Amino acid sequence: MAVNNAVLIHRELLTRLAKLFNEGELELKIDRIPLEMRPKGAPTSRCCVYKDRAMLRYKLMALLGFNIRDEIDELTPLSEYVRRAFERTEISREPLTVVDEVCSACVRVNYVVTNMCRGCLARPCMANCAKKAIEFSNGQAHIDHTKCVNCGLCMKNCPYHAIVYIPVPCEESCPVGAISKREDGTEQIDYSKCIYCGRCIASCPFGAVMEKSHIMDVFRAFRSEKKVVAMVAPAIAGQFRAPLAQILGAIRELGFDDVIEVAKGADMTTENEAKEFVHKMAQGQKFMTTSCCPSYITAVKKHMPEIQPYVSDTLTPMQYTAQIARKQYPDAVLVFVGPCLAKRFETFCDPNADLMLSFAEVGAMLVARGIDVAGAGTIDIDHTIDSTSRGYPVSSGVMTAVKTKVGDQVEIRSLLVNGLDKAKIKEMRTFPQTCTANMIEVMACEGGCVNGCNVIANPKVAARQIADVVKQS
Amino acid sequence: MKEKVMVKICTGTLCYLMGGADLQLLEEHLTPEMIDRVEVSGSPCLDCCNHDSSAKAPFVMVGDRLISEANITKIVDAIREELNLVG
Repeated sequence: MAVNNAVLIHRELLTRLAKLFNEGELELKIDRIPLEMRPKGAPTSRCCVYKDRAMLRYKLMALLGFNIRDEIDELTPLSEYVRRAFERTEISREPLTVVDEVCSACVRVNYVVTNMCRGCLARPCMANCAKKAIEFSNGQAHIDHTKCVNCGLCMKNCPYHAIVYIPVPCEESCPVGAISKREDGTEQIDYSKCIYCGRCIASCPFGAVMEKSHIMDVFRAFRSEKKVVAMVAPAIAGQFRAPLAQILGAIRELGFDDVIEVAKGADMTTENEAKEFVHKMAQGQKFMTTSCCPSYITAVKKHMPEIQPYVSDTLTPMQYTAQIARKQYPDAVLVFVGPCLAKRFETFCDPNADLMLSFAEVGAMLVARGIDVAGAGTIDIDHTIDSTSRGYPVSSGVMTAVKTKVGDQVEIRSLLVNGLDKAKIKEMRTFPQTCTANMIEVMACEGGCVNGCNVIANPKVAARQIADVVKQS
Repeated sequence: MKEKVMVKICTGTLCYLMGGADLQLLEEHLTPEMIDRVEVSGSPCLDCCNHDSSAKAPFVMVGDRLISEANITKIVDAIREELNLVG
């Protein structure tokens, strides 16, 4: 995700939290983090140092894996949440939480009359408003928020460009209208609509939409007798400036008993999806879409029922990898390391995978442990993995893999849906009638998994690095 | 006037996590007059993060000067000064 101050604060909090855990002082010192990051007299981001500290406190609560709106007593210290996090045995289904204290409760109505209003005689804003929402006082126009319906006619008609459109970034970014205001103006997520694309997380300039992290649950697993195994998504190859074998080696040094590449599961996805495609085309099905992006799969379920019969039944690389890992380690805690929110939800739903760490979380854990990836030991890369499987995380990667496998059995007319937005979802619903391609790859994020909401590296840089890895393997 | 300026971008894990990853795109932001006079390289951890100071990652060396909380604009400005370019 593009780097900005909100993202950096999130990463600093993660690093501090992991550091305290490593030093065995998490419970003792976690309540000090907000004070250390915003000492008396320090410049503040919000109205005052106390608001800043409250904001950091609630962000930490989300990192501990709690839903902010479940707070009963505001005096409950973070140390108490640390205790509760170590006691819990289950993660929650819905992966998001809105941090009210951080949400700035953006404008309720998107149109605002600025001081540029000259209170002209013509008053076309007022004349064109069908809802009679514009009144004049003190020589300037004012919009009555109880009447305005956000049609924008006032803005279009103002000759002075005095009326501006102010977006609500999270609502604007959501492709399915799943985030909206509550009575008090703060946002809430409607999980009957949410497709876990993670755009609200990335778009909120206050960083108010957060994932409930599993980092504490991973720490708990490290302290237990059980083996802990990392299953690492192929997108990792572009996340740090080091060879893949070394990146995986660094992750292992965090305390994992084994590190398995999810590209291994991608081999099975390619194999089965190619077989399924040949079979379905022989049966006369019009087209087939890929199934490895869980955000797309959720979008189909909740918003594009027309497409459901055309989605491949093949499991995702993560699901196959978790099957392999479970067979090898029946009692271990299986931790998926991946690029996005949708994969966190997929981890929750998967019968074999237990927990999920995002790339940003793994990055923070490495920093907290003082592990520099470029100086880490390497692990033996599995050379049986097909090179195309390592290309999955970049748009067109899955298509290339399946195409190679299908060969000349069936002629593939390919189509890439590179990023899901409102218009694309609408268009896809007509595919059963209109689509002329027979194989469609769908990635909810533009560019593919390298542009997931939890990545560290710039997607362009990451895609370049992954292309090199594919070439070399 | 210096002929050439060396730019070393720290690719240590801390710098990378705190925004250094984006600096890998620096070369796309160099002006035509800079391109032949700048040598950009990634560097293993410059060891700036391990000292107690208020300077924050990501770190970049432009010639002999250390830039903290580096971003593309800061680096390009420093290159311009090092090369005595106007504007």
